Amino acid sequence: MKRTLAMAAMALTGSTALAHAEGVVNLYNWGNYTSPELLERFTEETGITVTVTDFDSNDTALARIRQGGHGFDIVVPSDTYIQTWISEGLFQPLDPEIVTDRGNIDPVFVDVPFDPGREYTVPWAWGTTGVIVDTSVYGGDINTIGVIIDPPAELQGRINVIPEMSDVMAMAIYYHGGDRCTTDRDVLRAVRDTLMDAKPHWLALDYGAVDSYVAGDFAAGIYWNGASMRVRLQNDSFAYGYPETGYPLWMDNAAVLADAPNRDNAMQFINFILRPENAALISNFARYSNGIAGSDAYMDEVMRDAPEINVPAELAAAGRWGVACPQEVNDIHTQIWTELMQ
Amino acid sequence: MRGPLIRGNGWKWLLCAPALTVLLLAASGPLLIVLVYSFLSPGNMGGVVWEFSTEGWFRVFFRRDIFEPDLVTLNHAHLTVFWRSIWLSFQTTLICALLGFPTAWFIATRPPNTRTVWLFLITIPFWTNLLIRTFAIQEVIRNNGTINTVLLRLGVIDSPIQMMFTDFAVLLGMAYVFLPLMVLPLYAAMDKMDFRLVEAGYDLYASRLMVLWHVILPQVKPGFIAGSILVFIPAIGAYVTPRVLGGGRTMMLGNLIALQFGQGRNWPLGAALAMLMLIVVVGALIVYLRALGRMEGERRG
Repeated sequence: MKRTLAMAAMALTGSTALAHAEGVVNLYNWGNYTSPELLERFTEETGITVTVTDFDSNDTALARIRQGGHGFDIVVPSDTYIQTWISEGLFQPLDPEIVTDRGNIDPVFVDVPFDPGREYTVPWAWGTTGVIVDTSVYGGDINTIGVIIDPPAELQGRINVIPEMSDVMAMAIYYHGGDRCTTDRDVLRAVRDTLMDAKPHWLALDYGAVDSYVAGDFAAGIYWNGASMRVRLQNDSFAYGYPETGYPLWMDNAAVLADAPNRDNAMQFINFILRPENAALISNFARYSNGIAGSDAYMDEVMRDAPEINVPAELAAAGRWGVACPQEVNDIHTQIWTELMQ
Repeated sequence: MRGPLIRGNGWKWLLCAPALTVLLLAASGPLLIVLVYSFLSPGNMGGVVWEFSTEGWFRVFFRRDIFEPDLVTLNHAHLTVFWRSIWLSFQTTLICALLGFPTAWFIATRPPNTRTVWLFLITIPFWTNLLIRTFAIQEVIRNNGTINTVLLRLGVIDSPIQMMFTDFAVLLGMAYVFLPLMVLPLYAAMDKMDFRLVEAGYDLYASRLMVLWHVILPQVKPGFIAGSILVFIPAIGAYVTPRVLGGGRTMMLGNLIALQFGQGRNWPLGAALAMLMLIVVVGALIVYLRALGRMEGERRG
């Protein structure tokens, strides 16, 4: 009797040990960005459960990981921040033994300036920052940032601008013909004056939930393509424009943290999202493209021919990747931004 | 006999030492860190570098022109935010006092057995998350919200009134959120009030207004003081309400500080602003209590 008990106990501990071996992976991602179906499939396939914790900005994520003691394995920051993460040693290189499907990344997204050759990161989702306009309010050309920073009378006082310094500054600098990190004082001065003159016409500087557009609180704004698509699906008078003077391309990328407690599980997850059928789940949920070749075939019908997702050929060249500007340039941007935000 | 007794008492307070230490560290530790950070230099992409600098404090009050660094002017933008915070908080306190007094009076004059029910009703909003309550206000005042829809249907207005993203929206939201904090201390003061004095006032041919002014108000003053403090201080640092209803355009101090720690990536400036807010609040409290004490003294004298 004693023996049976002991054996039962052993069997019990044995099984828990097994569950531990399968383990968990802790994902630190933007809110409302992770497809629940993706996580279910991963658990079905590997037995590893995934926990998700949300962050609301790149700055929040960076500050939290820098503090240490976070317990996360994978984080998904944006392209402009990747260099900072890598140079501070917060990522570990991807393990070629486990992450074997790196060849699935669309060749366009392999030699990106923020992580040449994809040593640390893989694409999660990418998109564009453009303008969204209610075409029932304003019927003119919307492929220009002018509708926001030099707005026509119909749109004045009904504009919302996302409070993302890098996007707004970039679009205003491109408008004045400058490079992303230009040190040309005349261009920067013109940027400041334009933005300061435009601000009285803006109703809000808010991330502006999709429903604020749908409900008619805003008639135009600087917004992301995927979010704009969600607006259009609920209110088809809205259209998305790609400013021809230049608009930002952005990409959120998954990487394994240097002090990840479940390193191997994390590497497995990274490899998992490199497979086209899994990457398509991310897109179907968040309404953004994903940068994995061949995933289109698995995407929802509404995504495949959406004007927000498929950049018109004649405007594709105007899309530009973000770069982390040198500190002294960033300081000037911050000062202009602070002046604008107050 | 007295010697050992005193010595015994002298040592006894040491039993509180663990609690005192925790309190001291937990209360002053984070504040000290904020103070130290306000004298450091901003790091790359947030954080701080351990180099002494007074730039953070300098930039609270002054600004250098971005393109001509020698041109130094007062930082109007920061001062505007400061002024707006203080002014809106003051108005919030006033509105809460005006609405809170009759409410508390109503409750205090109910029969004792039903008072609990009324008090209970006052505290119900606290059960709901602050953010939810703020979003509820948004639904009421947005362009196609309740008020505008009703007014449009009735033909009172032709186009929606823009209420969202204005100072009015912030004020309305704060007054709604903080009202219970004024009602409860006012009720507590009225509960202790001696109603025989009110009757005595009437017996001595005082008018209603005179009774209110000379009999009731002096007695419930402690309630006003406690309520004003409870409303004014959280109002000055309010973050959620201005963020949601002000739309990021009409910032208050809390939002300005959050901006510096987030996108502004200037932690020392944020820390300096936070310290300044602390100083303003403590200063306001001291002035307020002193002034009250003096009034009290004159009255007794």
